[in-house]
Amino acid sequence: MLNVKIGKQLTDFALDTEFSSDSGITALFGRSGAGKTTVVNAIAGLVRPDRGTITVNGDCLFDSALGIDVPVERRRVAYVFQEGRLFPHLTVRGNLNYGYALAQPGQRYVELKQVVDLLGLEHMLERRPANLSGGEKQRVAIGRALLASPRVLLMDEPLAALDNLRKGEILRYIECLRDEIKVPIVYVTHAVEEIVRLAEMVVLMADGKVLATGKPSEVMGRPELRAHAGIFEGGTVIDAKVAAHDLQYDLTTLEFAGGRLIVPGVDALVGEPMRLRVRARDVSIALTHPHDVSLLNVLKGRVVAVTASAGSSCDLRIDVGGVNLAARITRLSADRLKLTAGSEVYALIKAISLDR
Amino acid sequence: MFGLTPDEWGILQLSLKVAFWSVLCSLPVAVGIAVLLARCNFPGKSLFDAVVHLPLVLPPVVIGYFLLLALGRRGPLGALLEEYFGIVVAFRWTGAAIAAGIMGFPLMVRAIRLSVESIDSGLEDAARTLGATRWRVFFTITLPLALPGILTGALLSFARSLGEFGATITFVSNIPGETRTLPLAIYTLTQVPGGDAAALRLSMIAIVLSVVALMLSEYFVRRAQRRAKGQDA
Repeated sequence: MLNVKIGKQLTDFALDTEFSSDSGITALFGRSGAGKTTVVNAIAGLVRPDRGTITVNGDCLFDSALGIDVPVERRRVAYVFQEGRLFPHLTVRGNLNYGYALAQPGQRYVELKQVVDLLGLEHMLERRPANLSGGEKQRVAIGRALLASPRVLLMDEPLAALDNLRKGEILRYIECLRDEIKVPIVYVTHAVEEIVRLAEMVVLMADGKVLATGKPSEVMGRPELRAHAGIFEGGTVIDAKVAAHDLQYDLTTLEFAGGRLIVPGVDALVGEPMRLRVRARDVSIALTHPHDVSLLNVLKGRVVAVTASAGSSCDLRIDVGGVNLAARITRLSADRLKLTAGSEVYALIKAISLDR
Repeated sequence: MFGLTPDEWGILQLSLKVAFWSVLCSLPVAVGIAVLLARCNFPGKSLFDAVVHLPLVLPPVVIGYFLLLALGRRGPLGALLEEYFGIVVAFRWTGAAIAAGIMGFPLMVRAIRLSVESIDSGLEDAARTLGATRWRVFFTITLPLALPGILTGALLSFARSLGEFGATITFVSNIPGETRTLPLAIYTLTQVPGGDAAALRLSMIAIVLSVVALMLSEYFVRRAQRRAKGQDA
C-alpha cells in the first residue's frame, strides 16, 4: 500500500499531488511536463518535496511535519528509468546482482534464476550493456530493480526509448511481472495503449495536479476529462469477454454489455476477459442500420451528449447498453444528421485495439 | 645494466622513487578534491579551485620557497613534524617527492575532474535506489567509471614529477644521492666543464623514460576506457 500526498514548488508550476495505490500497476498518466516524473522521484527519494507525506505499507518514507526523510538507499523502492541506466562497467550479471547483494537476505522475494527465466536474460548474462539492444537493456534494468526486492517498483516511461516491436515485447514482460511477482508498480506514461493494457488504476495528472483517479475504463470514459484536449486521444475502454470463435474466417466474437463485436481471431478461451479500446475517430455514425457495408461492427445506441469544438470536429457520447462510447465526427456531419441528445443512432466501428 | 654507470643508475632510481611516491601519495587527495569540485557546490568554490591550480601558474621557485618556509626544520609545519613524528623532509628525498607531488597536483585534479564530470550522475542515483550508500556508490560506480581519468592524471603527474626542477632545487637543494634527480643531475653536469657528454646521456635516459611511460599509460587508459564504456573487453 503506497500513500503519496506531496507538494513542491517547481520552476513553472506547483506540484500538488495525492493518491494511494494498493497493488498491481498504478499508472501516472498525463502530458509531458505534468509532474509525473517529479512524483516518482519524490517516492524514490531523489527529489525532496516541500511538504507532505509518503508511506509504503505503513512505513513512513517522508514526512515534512515530522522531519522524516529516509535516505534513498534505505527506502527499498527500486526504479526503472526511461534510459535504463545500466552500469556500463559491469556485465549483465553484475548489474543484476548489484541490488540483490545489497538486499537483506530475509527481505528478498525473488532469486536470480527466477528473474533470468521470467525476463529471458539467460543468453546475455556475461555481456556488457553497450552490446545490448534497447529492449534487452530495458529487460535487464527491470530485472536489476526487481532483484533488489523492492516494496514498490517505480517505472518512468520504460518504453519511451523503444520502437513499437520492442514496446510490445517489454509490455509482455511487465505483464508477467504484474501477474507472477505481484510487486506493486507505479508506472509513469503518456501512452494510452500502455495504460489500457497494464494498469489497474490510473492517476491522471495535469500541471502538477491530480485530475482524476480510478479504473482505466472509468477515467478514460469521463467526458469532462476528455475536454483536456491532447491529454489523451479520445476513446473508449470496454471490458468484454470472448463469446465465440469462427475458425472458418479466423474471427473472434467478443461480448460486452452493449452488444457483440467481431475482431480478427484471438488466441483466447471462450469466456476469457478481454479489454478493448475504440478510438473516437474510428467510430462513424449512421441513422439507419447500414446494410451494404464491409464494416462488421455496428452497435445501436442513443446519443447522450454532443459537444462541438472550435474546429471542424464534434464529439459525441453514445450510450450503448450502459457503455459510454465516444465518437468524433465532423460538425458538418453532426448538423446534417441533426444529432442531438436523445437521437437513436448506429455506431459503426472501424477499428478496435485489443488487450488481454 | 643497460650500459648505465652506477652513478647514472642511482640517479634514475632516485628519480623514479621520488616520482612514484609523489604520485601515490597525492592520488587519493586529488581524487577527493576532483570529486568535490565536479559534484559539489559550496561557498568559496572558485577560490578553492584557484588555490588548487596555483602550482600550475606560479613560478616553481616560489612554490619551493614556500615549502621551505613551511616545511623547513624551523618552519611551523616542519618543526611540528620533527617534534611529534620525528619526520624531517627538508633536504631529503621525501621533500623532493612532496615538491614534485604539489607541482603535478593541478594536472592530476584536472584530468580526474573531467572524467568524473563526464559520468552520468543518473547512474549514481540508480545505484542508490538499489540500496547502495553514498560511499558504496563512490567505490563501486564513480571510481571505476572515472578510472581512465585517474590513470591519465596519475601519468601526467608522474611525468611532471620526473621533470620537476625549480621547486625541488629550492626546497631540498641538490644533494647527490638524496635529492639530485634526473633534471638536477643534468643541470649540474652542464655547469661543469666537460660534462656535456654525460649530460647528453642523461637526457637520452629522460627521453626513453618519458616515451615508455607515455606508451604504458596509453595502453592502460584505452583498456580502462573500453571497460568504462561497457564494451566487452
